[in-house]
Formats: sequence, structure tokens, C-alpha cells
Amino acid sequence: MSALQPSELDRPTLARDRSAADADLKSVSAALRRAEFGDRMRSLLLAAPLLVLLALSFGIPIVLLLSRAVYDPTIADALPKTTAALTGWNGQGLPGDDAFVALAADLKDNQAKGTAYELAKSLNARLPGARSQVLKTVRKLESADGQAALGAIKSVPFWSAPSTWPTIQNGTRSLTSFYLLSALDLRWNADGGIERVPPEQAIFIQVFLRTFFVAASVTLATLILGFPLAYLIANVPKGLAAILIVAVLLPFWTSILVRTAAWTVLLQKFGLVNDFLLFIGVTGDRLDLMYSRIGLIIAMTHIQLPFTLLPIYSVMRTIPPSQMKAAYSLGARPFTAFRRIYIPQVFPGVMAGCMLTFILCLGYYITPALIGGASDQLISNFIANYVNVELNWEMAAALSFILLVFTLALFGIFARVLGLDRLKLV
Amino acid sequence: MSASQAVAPANGAATARPAQASGPGFVEFAEVEKSYDGRTFAVTRMNLAVARGEFLTLLGPSGSGKTTTLNMLAGFERPTHGTITLEGRPVDRLPPYQRNIGMVFQNYALFPHMTVEENVGFPLSVRQVSKADIAARVGRALDMVRLKQFGDRRPSQLSGGQQQRVALARALVFQPSLVLMDEPLGALDKKLREHMQLEIKQIHTMLGVTIVYVTHDQSEALTMSDRVAVFNQGGIAQFGSPDDLYNTPQSSFVAGFIGENNTLEGVVDRVSGEQCRVQLNGGGEITALAVGVTQGSACHVAVRPERLSLSAAANVGNALSATVDGRIYLGDHLRLLARLPNDQVLTVKVGPEATMANGETVTVSCAPNDCRAFPADAGTGGATSKQGRTK
Repeated sequence: MSALQPSELDRPTLARDRSAADADLKSVSAALRRAEFGDRMRSLLLAAPLLVLLALSFGIPIVLLLSRAVYDPTIADALPKTTAALTGWNGQGLPGDDAFVALAADLKDNQAKGTAYELAKSLNARLPGARSQVLKTVRKLESADGQAALGAIKSVPFWSAPSTWPTIQNGTRSLTSFYLLSALDLRWNADGGIERVPPEQAIFIQVFLRTFFVAASVTLATLILGFPLAYLIANVPKGLAAILIVAVLLPFWTSILVRTAAWTVLLQKFGLVNDFLLFIGVTGDRLDLMYSRIGLIIAMTHIQLPFTLLPIYSVMRTIPPSQMKAAYSLGARPFTAFRRIYIPQVFPGVMAGCMLTFILCLGYYITPALIGGASDQLISNFIANYVNVELNWEMAAALSFILLVFTLALFGIFARVLGLDRLKLV
Repeated sequence: MSASQAVAPANGAATARPAQASGPGFVEFAEVEKSYDGRTFAVTRMNLAVARGEFLTLLGPSGSGKTTTLNMLAGFERPTHGTITLEGRPVDRLPPYQRNIGMVFQNYALFPHMTVEENVGFPLSVRQVSKADIAARVGRALDMVRLKQFGDRRPSQLSGGQQQRVALARALVFQPSLVLMDEPLGALDKKLREHMQLEIKQIHTMLGVTIVYVTHDQSEALTMSDRVAVFNQGGIAQFGSPDDLYNTPQSSFVAGFIGENNTLEGVVDRVSGEQCRVQLNGGGEITALAVGVTQGSACHVAVRPERLSLSAAANVGNALSATVDGRIYLGDHLRLLARLPNDQVLTVKVGPEATMANGETVTVSCAPNDCRAFPADAGTGGATSKQGRTK
């Protein structure tokens, strides 16, 4: 069409019809667009139930949860009078008595409404030790009014400590960067700048690094084990290949919980692995495989192997044997042919498999919880802990947000390096 | 070379020696056998000599052993018995990458992750040729196949014919003395195939390289080759120039495989010298050249459509009466289908001016020297006996 168009229009006899032809073309393309739009709508309609389900059960909850990382109105809601009293305060030293009075009134209101504990917990997240102080103050205020209330609150030294009021003022701002900074072991200092938290309080950077290290180790291990196996499956006769594929997939069909539990049986001090190692004399003593980094990596490698292997296998299967034959006939030694002809062609599959495993490992929860020791807990375990035990959803949201950003950034780098269209995931 | 002619030796295995080669051949197969499972043979007791600089075609139906033969020469398969020599040197233990043989594959096997230039430069770069040298030689090779302007494209951006030419350039760029081609034109359409046949032939003449070419297309073999080895069931049925194969086939298989043929079944009445008298099944008698037939045995008489004529003159030798059963118009000539009294239909090639109408009675005649009588039992087996023997 496009090849014909210019020459047809350039003919002198047709030139005067050009505008008419253009108009025709426009109406044709408009009609085409309309038809395509209808088609697109119809196919969208077919996917609509799934899209609605995804939005309701996945999209909206994620957005709501993640928004907790930056939006926390608990303190502002609980302390409306204090919030008003602190609007003019410059943050230096202690605020005026009106702030103390307002705080006393707010605390009494909370006690009356039964929300005092919630407030205490929320303050405690920002100011360790605040919970008991708040509850103590609330009890003292029960029998005090007006001037007595001011005296009662001033009698608790906590409220005159230098870090208390700036923290409260910070807390009264609903939109906060406190949790995100905490998730990276950072905090606001008194001068309004960002600083690292003291080493004894810093935990999350270390946990993130540990998570990345474990994910990278598992990815490497699955690649080293999976690549030769994928090559074997891709190059044996069809019947044998089917058997091998089933052997690879069989554990894949078992629940991850069951497989993890099985590893706890194998890896424990008097388990089969230790028995075997002792029997063949590799070690003189029983190893601590359970609750250790190495045990965690072994179990995760086993679980992740199919994820790395299958994309590699699916790419290898598409490379005809004539490729290597051609390389040999052109004078390439086996290693050269492998390096220059085979590897570049399976590379997209290798990247896809490694990326899949790496990203899945970043979110591992059950296996580190059951097999890892206290120092082998990954970031997901901390998130779960904040959700289930500490009931600090803001912190959980912040950690999830950081993890999500890292994961997406990683995916972006993969896609950029390789091109998303070359990434052969299946 | 037209004088070279294969003869079926008494032991049944075909032996073929080039007439032009003095001393040992450039490539020689001596008593080569290949079996994949230890019971059946893909190639049996094959002897074949390729002369330097010739264009030799291995022709045969699928499963006849021609590709196995090529793979053994390339080094992808090891013979289970016998020796292959290249320039007087046994190569059986030499891996393919040390044989210095260029190869063009059926589906080209271009490297999809490399550009055309990188593909063609690959054999040079693995030979540690300098970068400048590679660029110059790749340029010349691409020039030769007229693809100079496509150097930075990927194979997937080229048409089938262009990919084929890249594969050709890649197999020739490192100046191998021997180039193997495994049905290189199989994936192309008819017109492009004919064009590429000429192009490959021109390159062969220009470079003087030895080419061993595998095809199942007999017309391709006749067009391109200096000599053709016709494969059947793991052995060479006949080895000779295209002219030999067409005009003096040594077996019913070769007669049927190369070109068009009419086959008449019958029994040998008597053999006298070179000729024999054959009693046709269903009536009629014919005089034919005796090619390995004995008196009283069943035989197949083969005669080309263009050697049959519809003249009534009885002095040309054989004459059979028949009815015209159909006319096939082919532009430059006509094919008449002539039905014999025994209901067998012969194809006769006549000029386009022929006027015979359907149902008309005609006399089909031919010279005895144009009819060749082959033993019927070895009909499809050619000169080689049936395979599948057990060890």
C-alpha cells in the first residue's frame, strides 16, 4: 500500500484528485480505528472479570498498605488540641505551658474514648519507651484537672526530655517520611537533616544486604546446577527428556511448606545428611546445618531449581543441533563453539531464569523462618513480624515499599540490558 | 570424464573409481560402513573416490545413506568400519574442526546473534586471522555472493536466498579445499533454486574448489554435477557422469530415479550377444539391450519417453500397437498417453504439432538400443543387494 501510494498520486491525471483521495484515506483509517477500537473493547471485556478481581484483591490492598508507609494520622487524630498548640512552636527547647495543657486534655480524651493504648503504641514506635510513660501519665491524669493536670504531666520527666516534643510535633504531621527513613536505618536529626541511626539501632540495611546475598547465592547455585541439567534435557531423545522434565517438576508440584519441612528432617543434627557425611567420612563431627545460612541456601536452591532451569531449557530446545555442527565445521573447537555460538543464544533464557529466581528469593518467608537461624531471617520475615507481632503496619509497609522499589529497579536493569522482548520467561 | 562408467562387481557392492583421477583420489572412501544400532546399516561397504576440483553429487531418495556419507566426511559421524582419506591422509580420528572442510547446511545454520559480516568472519576469527585481514576477506567473500551492502544485517532480516548466499560465503571464506553441501537449496522455491544452482556452479568454476553436494532432486544433480553417485539403500547404485546415468543406467532403480521412464515388465526369452528378446507380460515382444539379465528370468524393460515414437515405420525395431488415451500439452512439446493392449500406459514425447486424437490407434516404436532390460528382482535394489542383514 505505502509503496504504491506515492507513484499513484504523482500521476498528473490523478493529482487533482489528491485531496479527495486524502479524504478517502482519512475516512478509511478512521473506520479502521473504529473497528480496531471495538475489537480491543471486546477483548478487554473478556478479561474484565480478571481485571476487576486483580484490582480488588491485589491492586487496591497493595496501594492502601503501601500508603501507610508515608501516611500515618494516628497521632494527629489522637492529639488534635496538642497539634493546634504546636503549630507555632519552633521546635527548640520545650514548648509553652499551653502545649502541656493541650496534651493533658488530649490524653484524658483518649482515655475516655479508650484509644490511649493505641496512641501509646504509636508514640512508642517513634520514641522507644514512650508506651509506659504515656500510660503512666494517663493514670496520673485520671484524678487531676486544670492546673493540677499541668502539674501532673510536668511531674513525669519523660515530657520534659529534649527529644519528646520534637517527636510529638513530627508525629502530628500525618504525611511522614519517618517509616521510610527507618526502613533504611535513617532518621531526621534535630537540625532537620537526615542522619544514620546509631549502630546499635541499625538493623534493616544489614537485613536487606543479607536478603540480597542469600538471593544471589541461591541464584548462582541454581544456575550452576540447572544449566548442565537443562542442556542434558534439551539434548537427549524425547522420551528420556519427558522423564527428566517430570523429575524436575515433581518437587515443584509439592507445597513449599512440605518441602521446607522435609529439609528440616534432612538437615537436622541427627538427620540423614549429617549421618551420610559422617558415614563417608567427609566430616569428623556433626554439622549445624539447621538454623544456619548454609542450610537455608541448600533448601532454597532445591526449591528454586525449576524456576531457573525451565526458561533456560525452553531456549536451549529452540537451538538446532546444526548450529554447533556449523561452528565445528568452520573450525571452532568445542569450547570456542560453546562460548561464541551456544552461550550467546541461550543467554536470554539464562537471564530470565536467574531473574525469576533472584526476585522470588527476595520475598522468601517460610523457608528462612523454619530453616534459618536468628541471623538468617530475610526481609520478609521482618515484614511479617511487623504485621503479625508488633502490629506496626506502617513499618511493614515501609519495608515492603523499599523491597518493591529494589525489585522493580532490578527488573528495569534486566529489561534495559537485555530488552524486554528478548527476555524469554517461558 | 564421460567415459567413466561404473560396473557392478560380482560381490554386489558398488565400486566406483574416477576415470580422470591419477593415483589416489582427493577424497577416498574405502570399504566404509556405518551402523547406528549394530544391526542395520545406514551405509554398507562403500567405495568412492572424489577427484580434486570436481563437482560430485550424492543423489538418492531419503534414507539412502547419502547424508550419512556426507556427515562421515565432515566428521560428525564416525564410520563403524573402513577408512576415509582426505588428500591421502586418513581422517577418521580427526574431529570436524580440524578437517578444514567447508559445509553448507540444509537450513543454512547461520548464527542468529551475529551480523552477516560476523557470520562470514567467524571461521577466520577462530583461526586467529588479524582483524584487518578478516575485514578484507569477508568483504571479498560477500562481494562474490553479491551481498556486500547487507554486511551489518542480521540473518533474520534476509530472504531465504540471501541467507543461502551468506552460508555459501561463510563456507568458502577460509578457502577450504573441499566444500560439502547438504541439500542447500531444499528450502527455496523453484525459481530461486534454479538461479542458485547456476550461481553455485559459477563459484565452483571460478574457485576450482572440490564440492560434494547432497540432493534428492535428480534434475539438480544432472544440472550441476561433473559426476553423480546414485545412492540406494545404503550403497552406491551407480556412479558416473550425468550423461552416463541418463543414457546408460545400469539398473532399473537408476533408470527410474533419473529422468522419466516407461517400464515394461516381461520375461527374457533369449539372450543373444548384447541384446535380448523379451516376452512382455500381457502380450507383445520387444528387443532390448541386456543389462545383466539371464535367459528365462523376469525383467524390467526401461525406455525414455523421448525415445519412443509414433511413426508406423516398422524398420526401427520394436513396434507395439496402442490406443491414445490422453494428451498433455506442455508448450514446447506434447505428451501422449498410449495404452497398450495389456492396459499399461506408456508416455510418449512428441512434437506439439502431433494430431493424434484420443481413442486413435497408433503404433509405438523404438530402437532396441534405446530399450534396456534389467533383472526384475534387483529392480529397486540397484547394484547393491538388500540391506538389513544382521551381524
